[in-house]
Amino acid sequence: MTTASTLVAGPAVALRDGSVALGGRPILRGVDLVVHDGDFVALMGANGSGKSTLVRALVGLNPLTTGEVRLFGAPLDRHADWRRVGYVPQRASAAAGVPSSVWEVVASGRLTHRRLLRPLSRADRTAVERALDVVGLSDRRRESVGDLSGGQQQRVLIARALAGEPDLFFLDEPTAGVDLPNQQILADTLGHLKDDGATIVLVAHELGPLAPLVDRCVVMRDGRIAYDGAPLADHEVHASWFAEPHTHHHHTGSEPRTGDRSPQISAPVDSPGTERP
Amino acid sequence: MSPAELFSLPFMQRALIAALVTGIAAPMIGTYLVQRRMALMGDGIGHVAVTGVAIGLVTGASPIWTAVVVTVLATFLMELIREKGRTNGDVALALMFYGGLAGGLLITGLDGQGTQTIGRYLFGSLTAISVGDVLTTMVLAAIVVVLCVGLSPQLYAIAQDADFARVAGLRVRAYNLLVAALAAVSVTVAMRTVGLLLVSALLVIPVATAQQVSRSFRATMSAAVLLGTLAAVGGLTLAALAPSGVTVQPGPTIVLLALTLYALTWPVGIWLRRRARLLEPFAAGQAAPEHDACGEHPHAHGPGCGHLAVPHDDHVDYVHDGHRHAVHGAHYDEH
Repeated sequence: MTTASTLVAGPAVALRDGSVALGGRPILRGVDLVVHDGDFVALMGANGSGKSTLVRALVGLNPLTTGEVRLFGAPLDRHADWRRVGYVPQRASAAAGVPSSVWEVVASGRLTHRRLLRPLSRADRTAVERALDVVGLSDRRRESVGDLSGGQQQRVLIARALAGEPDLFFLDEPTAGVDLPNQQILADTLGHLKDDGATIVLVAHELGPLAPLVDRCVVMRDGRIAYDGAPLADHEVHASWFAEPHTHHHHTGSEPRTGDRSPQISAPVDSPGTERP
Repeated sequence: MSPAELFSLPFMQRALIAALVTGIAAPMIGTYLVQRRMALMGDGIGHVAVTGVAIGLVTGASPIWTAVVVTVLATFLMELIREKGRTNGDVALALMFYGGLAGGLLITGLDGQGTQTIGRYLFGSLTAISVGDVLTTMVLAAIVVVLCVGLSPQLYAIAQDADFARVAGLRVRAYNLLVAALAAVSVTVAMRTVGLLLVSALLVIPVATAQQVSRSFRATMSAAVLLGTLAAVGGLTLAALAPSGVTVQPGPTIVLLALTLYALTWPVGIWLRRRARLLEPFAAGQAAPEHDACGEHPHAHGPGCGHLAVPHDDHVDYVHDGHRHAVHGAHYDEH
């Protein structure tokens, strides 16, 4: 589905024939993915399906063994304008060795705008304040990040990405281990970003309150794209024919055997019998 | 000898200057090392520096400069091992410990001096610091301080979250090498006062002490610098004031003073953490579904009533004797 013309036009994200091997094991195999400006794409799939690997490849953290990533039409290795990219990594389980205040972590999101050896400018401070405001943590800016709950820490990481004022966001499992009220705050925040025209690619195991925002669902299985199309409900994503190829005897009635029986499917859904190498 | 006379001696003044700049520079780079969970790296560098000093002593070159060169090369090697091996680098550290110390002791023996001279570098020395040494130490410390402060946004971001820093376009590897080099320089700065075997203590203990009570990175670093200066200058003074007839080396005195400061702060840290845990807001929406008023309650809860006040949803629960009392009209509810 990726053609030369879309690469020249420069969609927000374009991955062509992307393969990633970690420690010699192939994790992603020949993945093509194009995300257009303003899209809200959810990358879904079971644990180990390669969805986090894919998003890390898109931001250059996992080097590709084959293929190429272009962000806004520029190849990743020469992609100079990291200001346009906001990355929210998976929340680290352990806090770092030295305490950091909420404000300090969010302020580090301004790195892409700062010149070497210069103090924070007024614009930097305003952006940090606004980011804290958006995630509703202004009153906790002096507190140590380690003292916050998991959901609040996730909001801090999102505020850090927001502080850089990017227009393309990559979020890796922002809802994992986050309670429902905090998931709702996350969803509201992302809703605002979407309304402002931001492009959002997020990895999620379950969408929960984010579901109404999603324009397009990409389901990964076994390092390949198994589904790419209209949003799916959580139970559909984790239905047996996506998640567990060897238990497909359930739901046999609803199981599409080939891609052509589901018109919204643009990437071929391999039948379970032929999927395993 | 009175303290006034002691401090008017030129060698003592040189030692004090060296201790002062060491106390400022070492905890600064130490904060980044602790942040990255590489607290023991200073020890590894210290051991390798023994080889550097030995090379300097044998060849007649300045031991400080040979130590700088050898330790910077060794830390680069270690960063490479850490990067390629995808491990914590503790094996790489161990290799540095053994190889550095063994190599140093072997090389010192080559010109027949034995371990007499190198002992001054291993445990620190009051009297052996020359004017040239002080100047070199000051220049190196200034480099460490300027880079640690000037590049703090970059160094902080990388220490805090290397993945995020890389996506922000930082050249993480180059900065990692810079931190390693700065750590190596700090070790050589500190070796004349604290000694190579104890040098890591000045990188780590002040930071560990500071983070007992601090909640931010900047506060931790500032407090660590203060504590490090206090320990270095104070320890040196104590060592110098020791009665004649007793040999007190500055290195152990400085380290024990730093540890004493840590021991004093530790209970405060425990108390602060316990208080933070108690004051953590209760999870929202867990009040009993039906109205559950508590019985006769002669005490009036309020701000400053003496009971622990914990936020809960839109109100405050007062905690005492295992109950959580929330104001409801004229009485209290059990929450």
